[in-house]
Amino acid sequence: MRNPFRLSALATVALVAVVGCGSSSTPAPVSSGSAGAGVDDGTHITMWSRAATQVRAQALVDAYNASHKNKVDMTVVPTDDYQTKVGSAAAANGLPDLFSADVVFMPNWTSAGLFQDITARIKSLPYADKITQAHIVASTWEGKEYGLPFVADLSVWMYNKKLFTQAGLDPNKPPTTLAEFAADARAVAKLGNGIHGTFFGGNCGGCEVFTWWPIAWADGEKVMSDDGKTSMLNSDENKAIYATMKSLVDDGTVMMPDSKTEAGPTWTSFFGKGIIGIQPMPASLQGLANSALADADIGVTPIAGVKGGQSTFVGGDSIGLSKNAKNIEQAWNFLAWLEGDDAQINVVAKGGNVVSRTDLANNQYTAADPRVLTMNQIAAKGQTPFALRFGQTYNDSQGPWLILLRDAVFGDPSKIDADNAAVNTSLQSQ
Amino acid sequence: MAIIAASPRGKAGSGRRVGWKRSRQILGLLYAMPTMIYVAVFFVLPVCLVFLMSSSSWSLLTGSKAINFPDNYSNVSAGALFWPAVWFTIEYTVLVTFFLVGLGLGLALLVQEGSRWIGALRTSFLLPSALGLATASLLYWGLYSGSIGPLNGVLDAINSTGIRAGLIDPANQVTFLGSGTTALLSTTFLIVWKFSGFYMLILLVGLQAIPHDIYEAASIDGASRWQTFRSITLPLLRRSLALSLILCITGSLLAFDQFYVLTHGGPDNTTVTVVQLIYREAFIRQNLGTAAALSIVLLVALLALNAIQFRGIRAAGDD
Repeated sequence: MRNPFRLSALATVALVAVVGCGSSSTPAPVSSGSAGAGVDDGTHITMWSRAATQVRAQALVDAYNASHKNKVDMTVVPTDDYQTKVGSAAAANGLPDLFSADVVFMPNWTSAGLFQDITARIKSLPYADKITQAHIVASTWEGKEYGLPFVADLSVWMYNKKLFTQAGLDPNKPPTTLAEFAADARAVAKLGNGIHGTFFGGNCGGCEVFTWWPIAWADGEKVMSDDGKTSMLNSDENKAIYATMKSLVDDGTVMMPDSKTEAGPTWTSFFGKGIIGIQPMPASLQGLANSALADADIGVTPIAGVKGGQSTFVGGDSIGLSKNAKNIEQAWNFLAWLEGDDAQINVVAKGGNVVSRTDLANNQYTAADPRVLTMNQIAAKGQTPFALRFGQTYNDSQGPWLILLRDAVFGDPSKIDADNAAVNTSLQSQ
Repeated sequence: MAIIAASPRGKAGSGRRVGWKRSRQILGLLYAMPTMIYVAVFFVLPVCLVFLMSSSSWSLLTGSKAINFPDNYSNVSAGALFWPAVWFTIEYTVLVTFFLVGLGLGLALLVQEGSRWIGALRTSFLLPSALGLATASLLYWGLYSGSIGPLNGVLDAINSTGIRAGLIDPANQVTFLGSGTTALLSTTFLIVWKFSGFYMLILLVGLQAIPHDIYEAASIDGASRWQTFRSITLPLLRRSLALSLILCITGSLLAFDQFYVLTHGGPDNTTVTVVQLIYREAFIRQNLGTAAALSIVLLVALLALNAIQFRGIRAAGDD
């Protein structure tokens, strides 16, 4: 009986050693030496994307596959599992050629060496300086650029013109301050009969990052320090924002109890039912109109601050070459095409979405729909927050930001300062 | 045996016996080898790896950095969510075990005797067990959803009546997943719906193994139904009940899918289980070291609990 135990002990030690070696950190390869438009030779390029942006990602991939010899084989991963899948694959060196990432996760993933340095490649593009800089900045780590915008997503206020008219409001005069937003919502809420003033995802940290932080930015205020290690979410400005939202909850203007329980999956669905007067939404008109909400009744206006101003959260997905990419030149061919005129105008703008190029903000499709022009123009005034510990602090269901916002709006606002200290602890954790 | 009987006594015979004994040992070892390899590769080795991980500063994205024992273990109980998660997991386990084993026994007694509709009843009770847990959780998430759920009309009626009567605060209306209590009860309902048929099956097998003669003897002696149940059915069903309890308690202590899909640990962190903490540590906070330490702590707790339960079964068997 002794020998088999010795053998299994030896095997254990050997496997532990192998796993230990395999999982050690290796520097990401650098592909910044090459430039140009890559290679289009019929190679199959592997790619991962998250389900949240599937419709727009699929449209881009389909257009590329139809016009190139290369073929992008895109795997769509459920959004909630995306971080897990990428993390596990990174540890096992099993990442595909290309993968996209929620732009707020880019600092965490670039700092861990999951992407290849493509600084020189980006600079070689003739339209390099016209690409939305918020995504590039979020994808930059220690002076090197690792990603490009894939699916640009912004936050705006959308309002129901039909309900505005019924409430005696001017449908062509959207709010320009947070106070006007609240007043308009209250006016619509008075209609009753299942109509609500506004809605927000009160159990969804990411939703409020996306839609409340621009209110502070519009006033020129900050939510975090530039290095992403100190939270300013207990500032007077932010407390004023929470107080406005709390007053809307308390007087029944907000749709309750759904706003309190909404954890994210259906936070945009209520506006499409035509029962909400005004609410923050992602800047996309694709698939929004339906039998309950006519396209002509959808109004779009930039998110405004307490004092005025305008801003937006420049979100969506960035994309880059993974550290394990095998078809580098072919994958770069896709990325270069992605930021080009053809993809941005004939796929992105045509679909009623925000383009990733500032020089293409005004195009043939925005001329037909001024709402899309509004969305494209606000991108230049927006921000993308930077923090290494963004996901665990702001997106995590058990994260400290969600506790803060729920205390501020549904619970005891006197806890905001203590909750903000917990946010700082998370941001500064190793 | 024939060879031994025919062997002459003395040195040569003794040598043969030793050789035969040795060859029997080697043969036994060879027979046991596949199981030993299986256990070593799929249990011992992973546990060793997890222990190594739990003793290291090990990031999900960048791998192992250095041994830091026992830092990860001291971090486990220092986390603000650890003790609430432990108590919630125990609370959930007690609730689910009570309802599952109780209802499973009730259903088993109901479908024990053959009748016209018994096949259909047994099938319909067992059918939900065929669904995957994640699928069933998603189904109930849809049912409970404020946006797409078909049960909203019922809740709206309850809420508006309660608000009119001054019993419900408009800001705190009743929802399936909106408070810690309703989220726990809604999740328990899903689990009881899904698994009660499975426990019915285990207990039904136990019930059918009880000889009918004993019931006849009790009937002749004039025992009432309650006396028969208490003095015959329950004692002779102890092994099946113990098996049900082990499966139910272990499964509940490892609860993850249903809470991950339905509540994500919310609202306000009131439904966080221990396994959710492990998942969060590993894949949200990207700290495999602490996640592994939590896993080892949970493994030790489960081993201790199962040892106690097995001891109980043995004691029941000795009776």
